[in-house]
Amino acid sequence: MALQTSKPDDERDMIRVAGLHKSFTLHNQGGVRIRVLEDVSLSVGRGECVVLAGASGAGKSTLLRSIYANYLAEAGSILVRHDGTWVDLVGAPPHLVLDVRERTLGHVSQFLRVIPRISALDLVAQPLFAQGIDEASARDRAAAMLDRLAIPKALWPLPPATFSGGEQQRVNIAMTFVRDYPILLLDEPTASLDAGNRQAVIDLIVEARARGVAIAGIFHDAFVREAVGTRTFTLDSARRAA
Amino acid sequence: MSVRADANPLLDVKGLTHRYGGQIGCEDVSFTLFPGEVLGVVGESGSGKTTLLKCISGLLPPSSGSVRFDTRVDGLRDIYAMSEPERRMLMRTDWGIVFQNPRDGLRMNVSAGANVGERLMAVGARHYGEIRGAAVDWLEKVEMDLARIDHLPATFSGGMQQRLQIARNLVTQPRLVFMDEPTSSLDVSVQARLLDLIRGLVSQLGIACVVVTHDLGVVRLLSHRLMVMRGGRVVEHGLTDQVLDDPQHPYTQLLVSSILPV
Repeated sequence: MALQTSKPDDERDMIRVAGLHKSFTLHNQGGVRIRVLEDVSLSVGRGECVVLAGASGAGKSTLLRSIYANYLAEAGSILVRHDGTWVDLVGAPPHLVLDVRERTLGHVSQFLRVIPRISALDLVAQPLFAQGIDEASARDRAAAMLDRLAIPKALWPLPPATFSGGEQQRVNIAMTFVRDYPILLLDEPTASLDAGNRQAVIDLIVEARARGVAIAGIFHDAFVREAVGTRTFTLDSARRAA
Repeated sequence: MSVRADANPLLDVKGLTHRYGGQIGCEDVSFTLFPGEVLGVVGESGSGKTTLLKCISGLLPPSSGSVRFDTRVDGLRDIYAMSEPERRMLMRTDWGIVFQNPRDGLRMNVSAGANVGERLMAVGARHYGEIRGAAVDWLEKVEMDLARIDHLPATFSGGMQQRLQIARNLVTQPRLVFMDEPTSSLDVSVQARLLDLIRGLVSQLGIACVVVTHDLGVVRLLSHRLMVMRGGRVVEHGLTDQVLDDPQHPYTQLLVSSILPV
């Protein structure tokens, strides 16, 4: 699919980042200040998959993590459509951020970080338990997702600590995609996957997009970018434009 | 782990200061805790974490400041303005305290079952069968071997004692549980199991929790929000993953960068 540069119309916007600044001050390294994001503005609409591009260190992950409120923005606003209203995650109280993450913002991180000694199946089913779905149907849905991502059945009852990098990453993806979030933030979801598994993830992303999910992501693989992206947002130019 | 943000605060702490003579225990600490929310408090030894926990759990009257709890009948009330019997009743029913050393939280000279049943009797339960039933139920929930129900806690391992302490605290279905280094005296393998148990119970029952620890892994696993203390003061306070992944204060940065990778 060709990458377009058209802006979404406002009605469809799910994320609106405006005038975002983010720097890091390293107090224990002589107070060095690293400016990463300067006056970044970006909107993501329903059914869009915006590919964050830019050289290594341009701030792609920093932007994604700021939108997830995992990094603390210094200035600007990060509006997210939550329950039909705009919530500004910059300065939002922790309970509100958690509620937005619970019901609106799905996030696939680069690495799986989970509670030790819980089986892969339960890890994927847990977000559904939290939603109040009964255990049997939650496990069924979790099993279907693991199956779709080609995690061998023999691994389902085992905690993922001993899994290969690619298997861990697919469990990570399953934990997010088993839910139906209106917004998805994807940080290199296909980084350690072979071609077959990469295709399974591409299909999930394209289906989510078709359902109207608003997606922003970092994809280093050109093939994946072509397959899932609807628009590219380049961070270097955003900074120069500031 | 959902937090009811629309609800009233369960615990409201304002300007809490405690001095030991001229020595600062904790100074000017304020925070609000909502139902179902887990707050982690981290900091090095002597940073004032345990003093804070004692002050907010009714064990140590602060030099100044207020600790208010949302009581079932009268709403928010200052716990140190209550009468002694009122406060003790609160501590036996709506609150639980899990001590670092299980010996501080258990009666070592009565059986495991009696340790759990005792808290129910303190709130008026008298029917032996029901008390025994509740004790069995809770010992199962914390995955204790029921064959040990009539044994003294002194014959238990550290991990079992800690699980018994949790059962004893949760049997009255408290709304708020204070934990002081709940896993630090245990083997790493037992720690993970106990953490998983605590996390499951807290999220299933919607209990609010204040967990004091020096272990950043514990707070990442258990807590929604994190407070970092140093020299008796709160130097940083925010969403747990934000504080750990993007620490702002020099001390928090030092703390996070000091974790040894496994």
